[in-house]
Amino acid sequence: MVNSRTRRSTVFSKLIRDKSSILGIIIIAIIVLAGIFAPVIAPMNPYTQVLEFRNQKPGFTGDIILFRLKPNLPVQTIAVTSIINTGEMVQYQDQLGRVFEIEKTRLEGVKEKDWHKKHRYWLGTDNFGRDVLSRLLYGARISLSVGLCASTLSLLIGIILGAVSGYYGGVLETFIMRFTDIMFGFPTLLFLIGITAAFEPTLTVVFFAIGCVSWPGMARLMRGQVAGMKEREFIKVCEVLGFSRSRILLKHILPNCFAPMIVTYTLGIAGAIMAEASLSFLGLGAQPPTPSWGIMINAGKDFIHTAPWVSIIPGIAIASTVIGFNLMGDGLRDVLDPSMKK
Amino acid sequence: MVNFIIRRILHTVPVLFGVVVITFILMYMIPGDPVVSMVGERYDEATIHKLRKELHLDDSLPRQFVRYVGNVVRGDFGKSFITGGSVSEELLRKFPNTMMLAVASMIIAIITGLTMGIISSLKPQSILDKITMLFALVGISAPVFWVGLMLVLFVGVYLQWLPPTGFGGIEHIILPAIALGLRSAAYLARLTRATMLEVLNQDYIRTARMKMLPEWKVILKHGFPNILIPIITVIGTDFGSYLSGAVLIESIFGWPGIGRYALEAILKRDFPVIQGTVLFMALMFILANLIVDIFYGIVDPRMRIEGKNG
Repeated sequence: MVNSRTRRSTVFSKLIRDKSSILGIIIIAIIVLAGIFAPVIAPMNPYTQVLEFRNQKPGFTGDIILFRLKPNLPVQTIAVTSIINTGEMVQYQDQLGRVFEIEKTRLEGVKEKDWHKKHRYWLGTDNFGRDVLSRLLYGARISLSVGLCASTLSLLIGIILGAVSGYYGGVLETFIMRFTDIMFGFPTLLFLIGITAAFEPTLTVVFFAIGCVSWPGMARLMRGQVAGMKEREFIKVCEVLGFSRSRILLKHILPNCFAPMIVTYTLGIAGAIMAEASLSFLGLGAQPPTPSWGIMINAGKDFIHTAPWVSIIPGIAIASTVIGFNLMGDGLRDVLDPSMKK
Repeated sequence: MVNFIIRRILHTVPVLFGVVVITFILMYMIPGDPVVSMVGERYDEATIHKLRKELHLDDSLPRQFVRYVGNVVRGDFGKSFITGGSVSEELLRKFPNTMMLAVASMIIAIITGLTMGIISSLKPQSILDKITMLFALVGISAPVFWVGLMLVLFVGVYLQWLPPTGFGGIEHIILPAIALGLRSAAYLARLTRATMLEVLNQDYIRTARMKMLPEWKVILKHGFPNILIPIITVIGTDFGSYLSGAVLIESIFGWPGIGRYALEAILKRDFPVIQGTVLFMALMFILANLIVDIFYGIVDPRMRIEGKNG
């Protein structure tokens, strides 16, 4: 057996010598960080609506004050043109030039910078006056988590079914592989649409659906790997030594089959992210107001003439994320398995 | 050869059966009573009972399944809950539109993909090659529906070169066909480049060059035919998925094909239509893959033997 630590370090050093894989890793890192730190770096709550600021261009600046009508109600916002702090009360002028007063106790937070914000919308606002940048950052969480979870689920199903059918063979293999053929018979997106239509569309359903639909490729690959590995000499030696079949499969065959699986897994994340976006775009994934990139594109679609940035920006985000995973997957393939190189 | 084709066709029978089973089960997984969603919220027991009887919903599951298979085999895909029209008739009416779009997309994909792939394989690592590979990467990674929207926006609305949406003359098909074909074009460009590079390193190409044949003749007569098999595979499977309804593109461009039909049914929860279209699309997809496999066997005799073992 190859020493796994040395192997891992050579894989990594080879990977970072390849320019496009580095680019892929950088893109993924940026998006992962954006997702993790969204609550810290997002300039605004992704759900907060400022109805006076609908469909404003990127770079637009506006003043808002944040308040609650009652302590247990959610924060509301009003766009203001000017405010006067008069001690107990705050006087403000709204967009139409009318002057109102509000008690300080109703305002959000204590200091003025907590409740009065001069906000710059770097990427503009959407149809509900929500900050596109903040929604974009939170959207990274959804895309990445669905992508990772769904792809991991399909990897697990693929490994189990592929390994079992490749190693044990016989009726079990025939049965599993015929089932795989049937799953291949359905166009993926169509199958996903069918499943999500059958259930109430939520993010959980979407992740399960994508995971349960995209395993056939993994299963076939795994089966081929295991079947090939089974004939290798060191496995024959294990058999002669009288190791149990499950021990041979788990300890000796599986660890040697992972290289191509990692490649497929990485590319699978890209596919799952795309699938989630497509379903959300069709209204069959996460539901509004969730800041999913697909939902954002769909919401911007109806205002494409007046506010095109609402659709353009999340599309660029999806494309970049998918490019990141594709570049990394291609890089891994070149490093791990030169015979798969295309 | 005939043996191979028959074997290949027989091989699809269990797959077809499985697809029918899954579409049947899909209907049963749907929460709620289909009859209630059919008549709406205001209903009385008598109508429900009558409808359940008409639809044979009180029969045992195996019995219902046998009836369903029987209907499918006779080409009866049921009736829409909403319009009451026959699903199979509607599918046949809309399918030519989907077919038209699929053919147009494939033509665009083949022309751009192959041209770009061959040109960039001639001078690897040149600027032209890098641009092509960048195009391919973006084409594979950009969401199809977003590309469609961008075409509507830039070509249809800003430049006003082509009508943004709608159905009718040839000017209406160009934008959706580009949007749909882009992914295949990108993939074909990559594949053509990679296989062409491999082929151009072979001995017979060196021989052809040594015979002082003009370079275009070397490429097109000796190189090109040898990259056809992988390329035709991609064309075949992609075409199959286009035929099975470009749900996203058809709905963005308002194209009256089976993809949009399916989506509308889903949004209205018109279950017989969903079931019928899913089944129909899966059949188209399987048929396209079958044709690709048979084509394989014709072009490459090795496949015929491999098929025997597998």
